[in-house]
Amino acid sequence: MALPVAAGLGLKPDHVDTILKTRPALGFFEVHAENYMGEGGLPHRQLAAIAEPYPLSLHGVGLSIGGEGDLDRDHLKRLRHLIERYRPASFSEHLAWSTHDSEFFNDLLPLPYTPETLDRVARHVAETQEAVGTRMLLENPSTYLIFAESTIEEIDFLAAISDRTGCGLLLDVNNVMVSAVNHRLDPFAYIDRFPMEKVGEIHLAGYDETEDEAGERLLIDAHASPVLPDVFALYSHMLDRAGPLPTLVEWDNDVPEFPALYAEAKKVEAALARARLASSEAAISRSAA
Amino acid sequence: MFSTYLLAREAVMPEGLSTRCGRLDARRFAVYRNNVGVGLTRALERRYPLVMRLVGEDFFRGMARAYVDVERPTSPVLLTYGSGFPAFVAGFEPARSVPYLSDIARLEDAMASAFHSRDAGLLTMDALAAVPPERLGTARLTPHPAARLVSSAFPIGTIFANHQAEPVRPVEHWVAEAVLITRPDIRCELTVLPAWDVAFAAALLNGAPLGEAAMAAADEPTFDFGRALTALIRLGAFSDDAPIIKENDDA
Repeated sequence: MALPVAAGLGLKPDHVDTILKTRPALGFFEVHAENYMGEGGLPHRQLAAIAEPYPLSLHGVGLSIGGEGDLDRDHLKRLRHLIERYRPASFSEHLAWSTHDSEFFNDLLPLPYTPETLDRVARHVAETQEAVGTRMLLENPSTYLIFAESTIEEIDFLAAISDRTGCGLLLDVNNVMVSAVNHRLDPFAYIDRFPMEKVGEIHLAGYDETEDEAGERLLIDAHASPVLPDVFALYSHMLDRAGPLPTLVEWDNDVPEFPALYAEAKKVEAALARARLASSEAAISRSAA
Repeated sequence: MFSTYLLAREAVMPEGLSTRCGRLDARRFAVYRNNVGVGLTRALERRYPLVMRLVGEDFFRGMARAYVDVERPTSPVLLTYGSGFPAFVAGFEPARSVPYLSDIARLEDAMASAFHSRDAGLLTMDALAAVPPERLGTARLTPHPAARLVSSAFPIGTIFANHQAEPVRPVEHWVAEAVLITRPDIRCELTVLPAWDVAFAAALLNGAPLGEAAMAAADEPTFDFGRALTALIRLGAFSDDAPIIKENDDA
């Protein structure tokens, strides 16, 4: 189970007719699992039609893997059902929480990185993989605050979970930029230290920008605009380091017409083509040496 | 605890959060609070677009935010969030001047649940014709999973229809309406039922046998059993499950 090494887009209901008519050259489409948890009707008809010609990436946003409580068994069943029905090439979720005391907050909320939370998240990831019957990818979050009690670096936390559970990682390059700017860290250093061999998918998106109380830059993971140049530069750096990887452009709010979204994917595809060339040249020079 | 602060109106934040320089920063925590509030009100905007048009964005967002304060989602499947909104709107004092608002909300809630309901084929006239005439009165038809009937003292179907195109046409006849929602293919269709068919349709959608449903319409001089039943079947009110006939029901 793996996504093709190509550019993909988030699937929007308003774009489905255009996509089916024009069959754009895209590697895959990604959907938020929770949007397809209704019993029937148009969403399922559209997803079934898209899943015929295109590989799917199923991206959960509501499992609350980082939550303190037990995982929601009903939600795991719904995920398993979707995976069995649509056979996605990838299933991913977030290093975040969204449910507390059975109240759902509809946001990807942060958790402290400690030995205790590491145990808990690793247990939840293992339970998830067992319950849905497939390996998953876990995504790095965008954060606006850090927890004073955190004792583990985010990268080490993610790597440890992958080591313990066998899960892969989803590297969201926009999240890296957002968190790095918000916490005054070097986003390139984050990419350089990230365990790329575990990465099964890349996410790109646009961020919004504001200021915090101290008047310092505060980036917000908004998914409401094209990928910004600094994030694309970081992505290119990542490609130089790791070679081409399946890459999704996320654009979930103020969604434009399909051609604007497709143009974003073509930029990514061009970068992937350069990376493919570079890695094959590197392979040739290695074998010549 | 982090979660208790997420829906607070005041710019307060939990302890134990920090920035790299060790400062507390309420504007940073406010990003989370804003995401939660906006995310849930957006879910309501998607479910209740006509309610929003009728009262305007600002009023709607204030009303939605007040609803979010009292009724939070208990499931990560937001497709089902907001079913309590019509009842909330009915009791929302500032919306009193729009007395039909909560009925419009009931209509949109029913449309949303019909949109996501289970797929099923439609009952055909042929399938009904296979029922022996002497058994017709005891036959029960299975409502289509997407079929919903929303009755109101206001012309909610006409208000809805008149808002589907610009410019919005005024409502000519200010009368009670009952709207049947069906999903004959994949799109939801809305039909204002003739007043004399409403009791009959409501009884059938509640699973009553045909005879009993016809009795419910006995007070309607203009009710025509054959015409009413044919119309409901053609609109897609029933699923293709075979009509259920009680073999030894001699009542």
